[in-house]
Amino acid sequence: MMKEERERSIRSVFKTVTERIAPDYVNCKACGRRAIRSVWKKNLNVCPFCGYYMPMTADLRLNTLFDPGSREDFNKDLEVRDPLNFPGYAEKAKRAEKKTGLKESAVTSYGRINGIKVVAVVLDTRFFMGSMSSIVGEKVTRAVEAADRERLPLIIFAASGGARMQEGIHSLMQMAKTSSAVQEFSEHGGLYISYLTHPTTGGVTASFATLGDITLAEPGALIGFAGPRVIEQTIGVKLPKGFQRAEYLSKHGFVDKIVKRPDMKQTLYNLLKLHLDSMQGDRL
Amino acid sequence: MIRESLMEADRIGSRMQQLRAEGVPEEDQRMLDLSMEKAKALRPLNKLTAEDKVFLARKIERPHIDDYIGALFTDFFEQKGDHLYDDDPAIYGGIARFHGIPVSIVGHRKGHTAEENVAYNFGMAKPEGYRKALRIMDQAEKFRRPIITFIDTPGAFPGIDAEEHGQGEAIARNMARMSSYHVPIISVVTGEGSSGGALAIGVCNRLLMLEYAVYSVLSPEGFASILWKDSSRHGEACDIMKLTADDIKEAGVADEVIPEPLGGGQENPRRLYGSMDMAIEKALSVLMSMTPEELLRDRRRKFRGML
Repeated sequence: MMKEERERSIRSVFKTVTERIAPDYVNCKACGRRAIRSVWKKNLNVCPFCGYYMPMTADLRLNTLFDPGSREDFNKDLEVRDPLNFPGYAEKAKRAEKKTGLKESAVTSYGRINGIKVVAVVLDTRFFMGSMSSIVGEKVTRAVEAADRERLPLIIFAASGGARMQEGIHSLMQMAKTSSAVQEFSEHGGLYISYLTHPTTGGVTASFATLGDITLAEPGALIGFAGPRVIEQTIGVKLPKGFQRAEYLSKHGFVDKIVKRPDMKQTLYNLLKLHLDSMQGDRL
Repeated sequence: MIRESLMEADRIGSRMQQLRAEGVPEEDQRMLDLSMEKAKALRPLNKLTAEDKVFLARKIERPHIDDYIGALFTDFFEQKGDHLYDDDPAIYGGIARFHGIPVSIVGHRKGHTAEENVAYNFGMAKPEGYRKALRIMDQAEKFRRPIITFIDTPGAFPGIDAEEHGQGEAIARNMARMSSYHVPIISVVTGEGSSGGALAIGVCNRLLMLEYAVYSVLSPEGFASILWKDSSRHGEACDIMKLTADDIKEAGVADEVIPEPLGGGQENPRRLYGSMDMAIEKALSVLMSMTPEELLRDRRRKFRGML
């Protein structure tokens, strides 16, 4: 056995044992109470005590959504670009990759939802807060194009802190690129369901995230263009209660339905079926 | 910073005005000395930093959209309101003729005085403004008019009502729709083009930039505030953001840089209008020779290629 391999296997045994003796606890960011990691996962990252929605990793989201064994990621190897040679950016990206096992925030996949094949995109907030880099824009665009080419429904789980500052103008241009791709897909009759998760802000809100045929959102998700802090500083007024939360947006007419996590798959399946049944043989 | 140089040049300029008013001829030694001094004071303008250009791009004396409309277009008819909810004075536009050809014009509006700037909200548009722009541009598509947009904004307005009315959706919708038009679209960044608030009227076939204009993902202040939690480091931000017209052309985003008089368009507006007129005319004549399908494909290809 190779040395590293042996070390790895020892470490995994050690981890299992320690978990049994001293379980791996995760604290809730809202109520502060702690639960064992596996309990969180089984509860789809919803706090078992207070119901707070912790962000889902791309893996947890897709594996929850797709039928077992149907998930097939694509464009996995696209890596962060550094067009401005921004000081420290490349190193920070390497650290994010090491921490998450992802090469960028956007994960693009084919998969089946109760048998219906779709293209799905998830922005994972652990990677630069899901900010829009040129590769995030590129992966989203390629996913839209794949759905268009193969006549599949498209579901995008948005989550983003906004533009990727370190990529400057290249980040900004992704807004136009992704919006243009979604527009073309729509002209061809494609179904796009935009699924807004916490937080969806800035350049992602002002591009593909708000261009869905159907817009769903998770409870309590912050959704907006400008961040609350910027608004408060600019106008010097205290923001109303619940401002920019999913429920607030729904009230103001920008969200079709707020969907609880356990209902995600069934809600999407129903929507897909509704479209499929009217467009059979034509589009989907 | 070139702020001091410009102030010095202004002081010398007003002394010359004074002498002129006293009837001193231009060839008088005192006048010659002063104009030498003024040229010397303005020498730093030949090598401007990115921060200098941001300063010039924001100068209140700089020509704005109404100046360009007055100088380059005829028969202007302003179109007001989004015809849904409100009229946003931060966006200005309508129908006019350019070299006799009917075109649609849309742009951010800034003022030349503090009062005007307050009235136009410093060119920071709300969703109603972007929807007014969309209305004007949709009609351009319908009536086959080329679209010319003038970009000059610190960003979309961050406010409670703007969020409640769908600032994000309004910007996204404009970009999506602009990408689907079959008419020529030319955008000119005339001052500061910051964030999605700029791009919301900037999905074009040809992007022109004035020499001292800047185009960026966010204002340098916002950039410094997000990255370093310190907006006072905006000078440093200017340097690394690569936001000058030359940088943006280098990045493959701008197609052409329109030269400006030394110190900026306000120093010699007529010359600026001349250069801008030529650049728009050149771009338009190329685009007018393309078919509607070619125009659509040209624009989609341009933005599809943005990495």
